[in-house]
Amino acid sequence: MSCCAPGAEFDATEAAVPSDEELLLASRSLGNGKRQVELALPAVHCAACIQTVEHALFELPGVEAARVNLSTKRVSVKWRDGQLPPITSTLTRLGYAPNLFDEAIAGRDGTMSELLRAVAVSGFAAGNIMLLSVSVWSGAEGATRDLFHWVSALIALPALFFAGRIYYRSAWSALRHGRMNMDVPIAIGVTLAYAMSLYETINHGSHAYFDASVTLLFFLLIGRTLDHMMRDRAREAVIGLARLAPRGALVVAPDGTRDYRPVEEIQPGMRVLIAAGERIPADGRVLDGRSDLDRSVVTGESAPVMIARGDMVQAGTLNLTGPLTLEATSTATSSFLAEMIRMLEAAEGGRARYRRIAERVSALYAPVVHLTAFVTFLGWMAWGGDWHQALTIAIAVLIITCPCALGLAVPIVQVVAARRLFEAGVMVKDGSAMERLAEADAVVFDKTGTLTLGRPRLVGAERIDPAVLGLAGSLASHSRHPLSLAIAAETDGDSTRFDDVTEQPGYGVEGRAGGHTWRLGRAAWATGAKGDGTVLARDGVEVARFEFEDRLRAGARDTVAEAERTIGPLEMLSGDSEAACARVAASLEIERYRSGMLPADKVARLTELSLSGHRVLMVGDGLNDAPALGAAHVSMAPASAAEIGRNAADFVFLRESLEAVPLARDIAVRAGRLIRENIAIAIVYNAIAVPVAILGYVTPLIAAIAMSGSSIIVIANALRLSPSREMKAETAPAATVVRATRPA
Amino acid sequence: MSTLLYLIPVALFLGGISLVAFLWALRSGQYEDLDGAGERILIDDEEPKKPATPKRR
Repeated sequence: MSCCAPGAEFDATEAAVPSDEELLLASRSLGNGKRQVELALPAVHCAACIQTVEHALFELPGVEAARVNLSTKRVSVKWRDGQLPPITSTLTRLGYAPNLFDEAIAGRDGTMSELLRAVAVSGFAAGNIMLLSVSVWSGAEGATRDLFHWVSALIALPALFFAGRIYYRSAWSALRHGRMNMDVPIAIGVTLAYAMSLYETINHGSHAYFDASVTLLFFLLIGRTLDHMMRDRAREAVIGLARLAPRGALVVAPDGTRDYRPVEEIQPGMRVLIAAGERIPADGRVLDGRSDLDRSVVTGESAPVMIARGDMVQAGTLNLTGPLTLEATSTATSSFLAEMIRMLEAAEGGRARYRRIAERVSALYAPVVHLTAFVTFLGWMAWGGDWHQALTIAIAVLIITCPCALGLAVPIVQVVAARRLFEAGVMVKDGSAMERLAEADAVVFDKTGTLTLGRPRLVGAERIDPAVLGLAGSLASHSRHPLSLAIAAETDGDSTRFDDVTEQPGYGVEGRAGGHTWRLGRAAWATGAKGDGTVLARDGVEVARFEFEDRLRAGARDTVAEAERTIGPLEMLSGDSEAACARVAASLEIERYRSGMLPADKVARLTELSLSGHRVLMVGDGLNDAPALGAAHVSMAPASAAEIGRNAADFVFLRESLEAVPLARDIAVRAGRLIRENIAIAIVYNAIAVPVAILGYVTPLIAAIAMSGSSIIVIANALRLSPSREMKAETAPAATVVRATRPA
Repeated sequence: MSTLLYLIPVALFLGGISLVAFLWALRSGQYEDLDGAGERILIDDEEPKKPATPKRR
């Protein structure tokens, strides 16, 4: 069990695990009296994990089949309709806390298998045609050569239709929108090469470029498939992370019956029951109950807030200590969360205008190439007047300049870079994110949940009498309030047995031991006198006082220093109080920070920065950061971020350490350098090959050698993106999402 | 020359077999979990046998 006891590493708090009702909502009926659900299991990573999970689930009553997919870290469970087997509790007990994911985002779009099929078909065609072409080049003559050409033409045709349609489609949609992309010259080059070769074959000509057109497709499809694979993998890793928004809630009907309903069905005026540990599904007013509310994800405030009857609560906040009855004041779709999504969409407009390097190059490249071919045609017409010869040479120019190397130059580097990032636990959305990260020249950090973990830590524990601390730890272990967890984490507790332990939501924990009443919680409540802070009191007399600070994320200090040095001016924007921000800013040596920022303020500040010419990297996690993440030039979020934040961010880092930020920046910069080198190589290749082609010296053999040669050089150059020092040092599994702060 | 008349079809046929085999493997989901396939070699026993009547033990 050396590697397969992940229980201690994962934060298996009840809030993160989907309830049975949620699971049932997420499952689908298979029609034959069976139901199936897919769950993400971020913790599975080896054969023993597969076996443990599959066996345990299979043993459950009603379960028909359970199959783990290790690549996507998911398990698919089938059971007979009726009684829901205890799937989540079984998995959680084993240490593999499951997450539900959004089927809509996870849905396989079929692009991957289409690409793989296209690669297979074009590979088959390229191999066979190359076999025949080599025979022609080594001296096949007359009828034999014609036969070989005809066979090649027959093989190439279906390959062109089947594998080439991916390029035709993309080229066509680009042209229709008046844009130019790399697929346009590829589609034109491949088609013209085929058409000319067919004409040559019919007229018993000696030069046919069937091999060139199909090999080109084969190479380019490999690059495109790898690119797609990398994005799929990153996306699947991200959607497997824990959801913060609930899928449903327990609704109380006017007649008192309780019913678990999906969040979409919650209407204003409905009464909703929220247990301790659940998230609020829709904005509402508290009708009954008292509790502490963790609003860190929503507003960035690090300290929990006490709420009672009549208070308003926002969707997405976490109910910590007591059960609540709410009256919904809005639907889930018009709540705070939905408002954030609208702001996010409005903010993202700017990023859509970003043009990728490949687009910028191809916008320049394609017209130049087509013009060169056209001028060559005119030149040869003027020189000899033989239109057949002029056309042949012009098409040879197009084939030789067909951007094989250029089409591979960018994606190959980005695939290698994404692979390196993936190994370091950083998921990247797409290649454009990497290009934008390399350009960033200013950094903005969120505080709660990003620079800090959003979890309090007891400070000055050594100043407190160990006996008192142990006693407090024992009492604190009865509560799930973050401050109690922080006290319990500092001490193993002692053997004191408390009787009649009760938690007073919003105030603290009370227990009786040795004839005394002990209270741990708000000073005003524990001592009955005025006062602030958290204290332990015996019979109303203060015994110890506890101070907390938000725990800094690992590597925060180094990251801040390095980001400032390598990227540019750094700021911290937080929704938290001035005092909390000042403390964090001082300990991290951040000079500029702003506190009490609303989501709109953050977006406004980012817009201000970008108007002053900065390209800002935004690192944030909360719901309130989501619009800012969308507004920034490039953005990163930790795995613990709210779903909407994770979806808005270009990069998601799965490990706790903030060092992912400078690491990703380092790789993005080096990838950018390699991309420019590759483009330079492609241009040099063209500078040599094009004059040869214009002068009419290119034969199919020369074209094949030149194109393969340049592609290989470009790929070899991309592979130079070697692992950096930091990554070798880090060997923790990429799935280490959130470490528990208390002993498991 | 006449050998070519059957050698070329034979070559294409053999290549075609592997193409079809790949497409079949793709369709039957054998590329869905490449990491898992490698790890499953290490699992000793066969698929767990479901007890005839569930939960007899």
